Amino acid sequence: MSHRLDLKQGRVEMAHGGGGRAMAQLIRELFLPFMENPALRAGNDGALLARPEGRLVVSTDCHVITPLFFPGGDIGSLSVHGTLNDVAMMGGYPIALTAGFVLEEGFPLADLARIARSMGEAACAAGVPIVTGDTKVVERGKGDGIYINTTGIGVVAEGVELGGERARPGDHLLLSGTLGDHGIAILAQRENLTFASDIRSDSAALHGLVATMLDAAPGLRCLRDPTRGGLAATLNEITAQAGVGVLIREAAIPLRAPVKAVCELLGLDPLNIANEGKLLAVCPPGESARLLDAMCAHPLGRDAALIGEFIADEHHFVQMETSFGSRRTVDWLAGEQLPRIC
Amino acid sequence: MKFVDEFRDGELARGLAATIAAEADPARDYTLMEFCGGHTHAITRYGLGDLLPRNIRFIHGPGCPVCVLPVGRIDNAIELARRPDVILCSYGDVLRVPASNRASLQRARAEGADVRIIWSSLDALRIARENPDREVVFLAIGFETTTPPTAVALQQARTEGLDNFTVFCNHVLTPAAIQNILESPQLRELGSVPLDGFIGPSHVSAIIGSRPYEYFAEEYQKPVVIAGFEPLDVLQAVLMLVRQMNTGRFEVENQYTRAVTREGNLKAQRLVAEVFELRESFEWRGLGEVPYSALRLRPDYERFDAERRFGIEYHAVPDARSCDCGAILRGLKHPVECKLFATACTPESPIGSCMVSSEGACSAYYSYGRHRTSERPA
Repeated sequence: MSHRLDLKQGRVEMAHGGGGRAMAQLIRELFLPFMENPALRAGNDGALLARPEGRLVVSTDCHVITPLFFPGGDIGSLSVHGTLNDVAMMGGYPIALTAGFVLEEGFPLADLARIARSMGEAACAAGVPIVTGDTKVVERGKGDGIYINTTGIGVVAEGVELGGERARPGDHLLLSGTLGDHGIAILAQRENLTFASDIRSDSAALHGLVATMLDAAPGLRCLRDPTRGGLAATLNEITAQAGVGVLIREAAIPLRAPVKAVCELLGLDPLNIANEGKLLAVCPPGESARLLDAMCAHPLGRDAALIGEFIADEHHFVQMETSFGSRRTVDWLAGEQLPRIC
Repeated sequence: MKFVDEFRDGELARGLAATIAAEADPARDYTLMEFCGGHTHAITRYGLGDLLPRNIRFIHGPGCPVCVLPVGRIDNAIELARRPDVILCSYGDVLRVPASNRASLQRARAEGADVRIIWSSLDALRIARENPDREVVFLAIGFETTTPPTAVALQQARTEGLDNFTVFCNHVLTPAAIQNILESPQLRELGSVPLDGFIGPSHVSAIIGSRPYEYFAEEYQKPVVIAGFEPLDVLQAVLMLVRQMNTGRFEVENQYTRAVTREGNLKAQRLVAEVFELRESFEWRGLGEVPYSALRLRPDYERFDAERRFGIEYHAVPDARSCDCGAILRGLKHPVECKLFATACTPESPIGSCMVSSEGACSAYYSYGRHRTSERPA
């Protein structure tokens, strides 16, 4: 093939997903340079991984997002962080990622290269290789630019047993940092809210933080990242799984002032807003002080806080002690607060 | 956060609540209607009822824009949206309002209708510019607060000659609804529904001013206190109402002085008057036909009127049987008294409109106050 891909003006064509030379070129010139690792370079139908000791955890996530690029990240880094975090929430230390792309005919190659670079950088920073992948192209009008599926594989150490069903009355609930940054950054970008331009997505890989947390609190019961549906949805999931209630304190929930301002202005509840670099931890009360110290000592947990306690409640309600001094139910969000944000 | 936290100070609230408790006469009841969904939202979200003595009771009025849209108008909108040449734009909550045969705009969208959620009327204009070969219809809803932005969009459309843009106008008027409630037989003749005073609208009053309520206060001898949407605003308004009632006064007082004047926003009022005129009658969910309670486009703007362009015919449709939205919107029933509440009717699968918007009384109770009723659905 004589011509190299035109990464400035070029666009995705049907042939790029056709299994022929054009597809091979796209992989060679656009994906490989950013995601370099031996398994991917081998160019086989799959990747061989050495069998690690312990149990494996597998998690997969599809990423469809508008806008593709936002302050603090893009669909590429998000697709890496999101899946690494799902693996980490299971107590797993991620060892490999896969990536599947659905591209829309006409999608600019320059954007695709930018996304591939961002994915490669995120994977490299996390120390987890993207070992195999797939690319398909759909006709113009049948996609939304780009969809990315990533799957993560991780190893769970002996003795680590995490799950929502393990929460008990009396357990403490910790949050690793400020709420709502991702969802509001996306919204501000999409709705052109110029006054909110300094709000950046919190998109980050949390497995490093999780590793230090597992060391500090071996009795950790559950980890969850409050992504779609925010803290409210995640807590309602956990209380339903465990058959308990939870009482959180509004005043203890870390919130950045600009995020709070946008929520006030638009009538949004930060408890419903998506996060991509935060986690909730449930632990026995005796371990929470040590756990909180360990979280605060990690760069991704420096704003961590103890925000509530689990209680016995046959109705499995999530309740909040408001800063105002009253109590209210914290419910799932009905319908969609923001159309399609992660 | 400045200008927000001050109005949510728990200590001040407890102080105010103590004053209210000290001044309220235990020998009588104080039944207060908050007209606006925004107040309903604040009352349930902050649990204000818990802070007050039991003889002070809130009943929730019809001031939720999504809740009062009758089924027939939603049916009209769905019919419009199903036309292949139409892009129908509206504010998010409207999409979930149940119409005839359990249809909704959301369901119509899933079935292929082009329905788009917008955050501002000007988004609808942008969509019209971007799609010159499609008919872009803005399903406009709301009280006096959302009417000026629709007027701005219409003026802009006329200036630009944006001929593929129309408005399906469902804007309604607060004073007419208040009068309708005050005229209801349960209140006027039977006396079966106590109503002692009103917490007056906040944002609506910023536009129309406090003057329009003076007539009600005097004619129907009901005190009105216009209040902001923050919890301390509401508590202060309750105290002002209690004081009026204790001294036998029925005046319009303004608690929300930081935004509301007696005359209101004259510029917005002029703008609205330039673009809209009164309808002789309009159906409200819960209230039925209410004379002079809604707006339509003036003849100058008729080429932007979706009702004319598409020959929309209105057919009244009764609400779902056993749904108590009508009674709830009139203040005759409490959300938890409806047998569908939190059983067949939930925010995910609303049967009545009051369960749709967060400003709706049923939705507010469900979302914020369910731990009090302890009726969690399976």
